[in-house]
Amino acid sequence: MPIHALPKTSEDPAAILRVDMPPAPVEASIARFPARQRVLLIASGGGHWIELTRLADAFRHCQCEFVSTAPSLIAPIGDQPVIKVTDGSRDTLRNLISATRQIWRIIRSRRPDLIVSTGAAPGAIAIYIAKLHGIRTIWIDSVANSDSLSLSGRAVRPVADLCLTQWPELAERDPRLRYFGRVL
Amino acid sequence: MILVSVGTQLPFDRLIKTVDQWALARERKDVVGQIGPTDYLPKAIDYFPFMEHDRFFALQSKCRVMVSHAGMGSIITALELGKPLIILARDHLRHEHRNAHQSDTLRQFANLAGIYAARDETHLLELLDSHETLTARPSIDASAPREFVDRLAEYVQNTPHRSRRARLMAKLRRR
Repeated sequence: MPIHALPKTSEDPAAILRVDMPPAPVEASIARFPARQRVLLIASGGGHWIELTRLADAFRHCQCEFVSTAPSLIAPIGDQPVIKVTDGSRDTLRNLISATRQIWRIIRSRRPDLIVSTGAAPGAIAIYIAKLHGIRTIWIDSVANSDSLSLSGRAVRPVADLCLTQWPELAERDPRLRYFGRVL
Repeated sequence: MILVSVGTQLPFDRLIKTVDQWALARERKDVVGQIGPTDYLPKAIDYFPFMEHDRFFALQSKCRVMVSHAGMGSIITALELGKPLIILARDHLRHEHRNAHQSDTLRQFANLAGIYAARDETHLLELLDSHETLTARPSIDASAPREFVDRLAEYVQNTPHRSRRARLMAKLRRR
């Protein structure tokens, strides 16, 4: 039935259009039930992984997927298996290149909203690839680096949306760094 | 059991050799070692190059004393489990690491209860001889301090992501 043919129910002709309309428009319902952020968390095996797992609870409201260089790890939150990539450092460039390709594919296929890394080199590469794709990034420099930021940290500092150090003195010296706390 | 470990990326023969020679001299059969990618094969240590995280954590839980390089993984786990940890830092001048951060790390954490920093190989041997007197108790939780986790969660939830272009446009509009 065309609108002009509807019976008038009030003096205001537009009122007919408001009947049974929910009070809140679509934008408001999105705000009330925001889609869970999809987060990709990446850390090399060993200390970097342990530091990441200690912070994992900060992402409990998000849909998390983990990436590491060590085999058979168990994700600290969520039930997704941990994705394994090749380990590489600046001493083993060939491995670093193959890690780069693997991380590129993972990011292209997942398209997360946020990428978080606690290091080391593969994590820094992930931050750069994320930046190319317009994905938000957080770098958390290892608590081991108390006197200066790690090389990976210095590499991502210009591009990461949030760059955390775990030593307040370093954050005081450098306005690009922030201090939220320490993992232990 | 005494557990010695060097991490996965680089060899650290100075540590493994010293502990191996000590185990040989003292005829210890209960020294287990994660030796990493190295050519030096220990004589007295029951060794393996690498182990999966969970199985290694089980070994760490069982041992009496941990011995390691100044890696954060070992330090955090020792404090969490309450195991005495003897540390010999990698020396980048001897090409044992890419930079000097392990001595920085050790300086920050050497004073914590349960952490025993070895100045050199001789001091390491002394600490190994007195390992039965070393004490430690669990001093940290399995998760980072609540304030850190909450502040990070707050940032993730409440900071809207703006692309570089959006930030630039906002800056121009303010002018």
